[in-house]
Amino acid sequence: MVDVTAATIDPSARLVAGQVERRRAIGYGIFYFAMASITALVFALGSDGDARFGLARPQDRFSDFPDLVIPAATFGWLLAIVFAGLGAAQFAAGFGRMRNLVLGIALALFVFGFLSWAASGASFSLVGMFQETVLRTVPITLGALAGVMCERAGIINIAIEGMLLGGAFVGAIVGSALNSWVGLFAAGASGALLAWVLAWLAIRFQVDQIIIGVVINIFVLGLTSFLALRVLTENPDLNSATIFRRYSIPILGDIPFLGPVLFDQNLFVYLSYALVVVVTYLLFSTRWGLRVRAVGEHPRAADTLGVNVLRVRYINVMLGGIIAGVGGAYFTLGSVGRFDENMTGGRGFIALAAVIFGRWHPVGVFAAALVFGFADALQQKLAILQTGIPSEFLLMAPYLVTIVVVAGLVGRSRGPAAEGQPYVKQ
Amino acid sequence: MSVEDEAVTEPGPEPPGGDGGGRSLIDEISGRGVDLRSAVLLPFLAVVTALLVSGLIIALSDLDSLRLLDEDPLEAIGDMLDDIWSAYAALLEGSVGSLRAISETLTSATPLIFTGLAVALAFKAGLFNIGANGQLLMGGMAAIAVGTRVTGLPGPLVLVLAVLAGLAGGAVWGFIPGLLRARTGAHEVITTIMLNFVALNLTLWLLKTRLFQVPGRDDPISRTLDPDTRFPGLGGLLDRSDLRVHFGLVLGVAAVIIVHWLLTRSTLGFQFRAVGSNPDGARYAGMSPAVLTVVAMSIAGALAGLAGANQLLGLQYRAFPGFGGNLGFDGITVALLGRSNPYGVLGAALLFGALRAGGQEMQASTDVPIDLILVVQALVVIFIAAPPLIRAIWRVKTPEAMGTATATTKGWST
Repeated sequence: MVDVTAATIDPSARLVAGQVERRRAIGYGIFYFAMASITALVFALGSDGDARFGLARPQDRFSDFPDLVIPAATFGWLLAIVFAGLGAAQFAAGFGRMRNLVLGIALALFVFGFLSWAASGASFSLVGMFQETVLRTVPITLGALAGVMCERAGIINIAIEGMLLGGAFVGAIVGSALNSWVGLFAAGASGALLAWVLAWLAIRFQVDQIIIGVVINIFVLGLTSFLALRVLTENPDLNSATIFRRYSIPILGDIPFLGPVLFDQNLFVYLSYALVVVVTYLLFSTRWGLRVRAVGEHPRAADTLGVNVLRVRYINVMLGGIIAGVGGAYFTLGSVGRFDENMTGGRGFIALAAVIFGRWHPVGVFAAALVFGFADALQQKLAILQTGIPSEFLLMAPYLVTIVVVAGLVGRSRGPAAEGQPYVKQ
Repeated sequence: MSVEDEAVTEPGPEPPGGDGGGRSLIDEISGRGVDLRSAVLLPFLAVVTALLVSGLIIALSDLDSLRLLDEDPLEAIGDMLDDIWSAYAALLEGSVGSLRAISETLTSATPLIFTGLAVALAFKAGLFNIGANGQLLMGGMAAIAVGTRVTGLPGPLVLVLAVLAGLAGGAVWGFIPGLLRARTGAHEVITTIMLNFVALNLTLWLLKTRLFQVPGRDDPISRTLDPDTRFPGLGGLLDRSDLRVHFGLVLGVAAVIIVHWLLTRSTLGFQFRAVGSNPDGARYAGMSPAVLTVVAMSIAGALAGLAGANQLLGLQYRAFPGFGGNLGFDGITVALLGRSNPYGVLGAALLFGALRAGGQEMQASTDVPIDLILVVQALVVIFIAAPPLIRAIWRVKTPEAMGTATATTKGWST
């Protein structure tokens, strides 16, 4: 992700870039002071009593694992001092290359300060919260991995939402009619089919890829809602699949706190861990991955070296479709077992956001999905704590973060160079 | 742009037949150089094909007939044809079968005119506005806020202010992605998608604030407009006050005429089209692509905002979660079918409005759900965007100008 801007070429542009850089540094400083003020005025002054965070569940092997007790007000003051210090340091010298890392850590601390304030005088199951986070991360991760597979090969995939929804629907029906494993495979196949349509229209007819994506989304929404009403309401036996139950991995699942959060989950969670590793390995450590990235960055050059550009694109898009289809099955086979109209509710677009926020890298995408999943889980759990913070603002967070990242206000996210452009062999 | 243009050639199954290979999507959807025959024939065949495919979907989703297929194939196929026939008969009846049906068609078409124009105008300036959904919500919320909370003025004046507020609310939501595009290069497709969801959540929150909520109530539903701050119905002109068609339609047609004038007769419209087809050339000619991007997105947002105002001031009279539905995405299909020509948008909106109104009737009188209309819409747009498909299915010799639709969109971060 090298930032190739006009600044490297044009000296006057470099001057402008310098001004932008200075303005950005000032912005960071002000941001730290703002965090310090909120922490002091809201979190520190508004806290009453200790916040008690549960780190274990009754059914865990180490269920007597002690709770984390934080004196919320003191913690708030401490954080305010840290943030003010960071702001001062930013104005004095800046953090250079560490800037975004420092910002990330500061934001994590800020969120924790927020939780302490929200849970002050009460107890709050942190383990439950993080378990929910990991679970909610699944469709976003798988959808975003699908996006990475497509976009690394130069095909824009706006249709993630449609592929998720299609996978959810097919998974539910086939899972009910036959069994859940077949349902899972069928969901993957449905994703592949939609992906093939995307690739075929984009490559064969060179239709604008964003238009195809939008249309696939509308098509799948219409078709699944239509069939759900026409077929499933009269045949409820076709809409009651056995779900994949939670399975605690031996030993790993017994680790205090991390065990229940990471290793007492269902198949889809483990599948998403595995796919993050596999896709990373394939894309960055194999000859195949090198070809894929070449096709996404500079298809002409790849073609010259004997890579079959169009074939690579077809294969990648369809592999992505399989991943998204399986991710869609999470909604039915991994969660409630039945299909409801438009049940993905925009997760595919959050996945798209995660692709950008995660900078087109599987690991980055997973981290982004965790952040978005956390926001999702938080808004659900906050209702219990009655903080008065509207859940809508937390639901907005992933989208706002993405806008900030795309606009380059914090860091810069750049996609593969040949994205969205049809390739014609000469 | 020029590089891509050269690279694009007809890859269809048949030889291009003198096809102008260099046509970009912008040319395609702006209808530049498209003669009347292709402008009518292609959409017509696309709609017919989409209806045929949808008929197949109706037939194949009839499980009872499918089970019968083994025992008595003729009977089963007869049943399926019956299904299709009755569904499409209801569709026709509900869209143009009576004065009431026509009124429903026009009522459903009105918001599509606005969102269609919102997408089409942006297309002309080389921008892909996926954010009409969000712009519509913000426009609607602004309109209902003014319509229900401004007091002490005569009703009609409040109504005018509410329409202006709708315009402004949408314009703000279009201005943001325009500015981001112009200043930072953030791709409008991403920012508008994200802003849709921001607007959705903002709306849900706003509906629970005291500004909107009915005093003493907890549900996220806004106050109701007074009768004299609503759009007057048009049914009164025909002595049929039961018809729902309202003044919004007049505004919609006016918007079509104004946008057409703007695009073809005004300097600003010329600049939009210049920037849309060749930004570098436009810059060389002394235009500012950055300013034009912001202005185009703001106007597009204002048009979508009018769609929201139209729905609330003319039809619903109060805001509730999801009042915008999917009208913004429908607008994309309308703009594509209408090839971004304002009059084409009007025609496409009427067609999809008719499908929508007929779909209601279809759902009510046969058991075919209205969601089928979305399938029809999606298929129509696919066939419009990939003319070789139509060519292959119908074996027609299409006029030269029906070339391929090619990509306008480059990577997110260019």
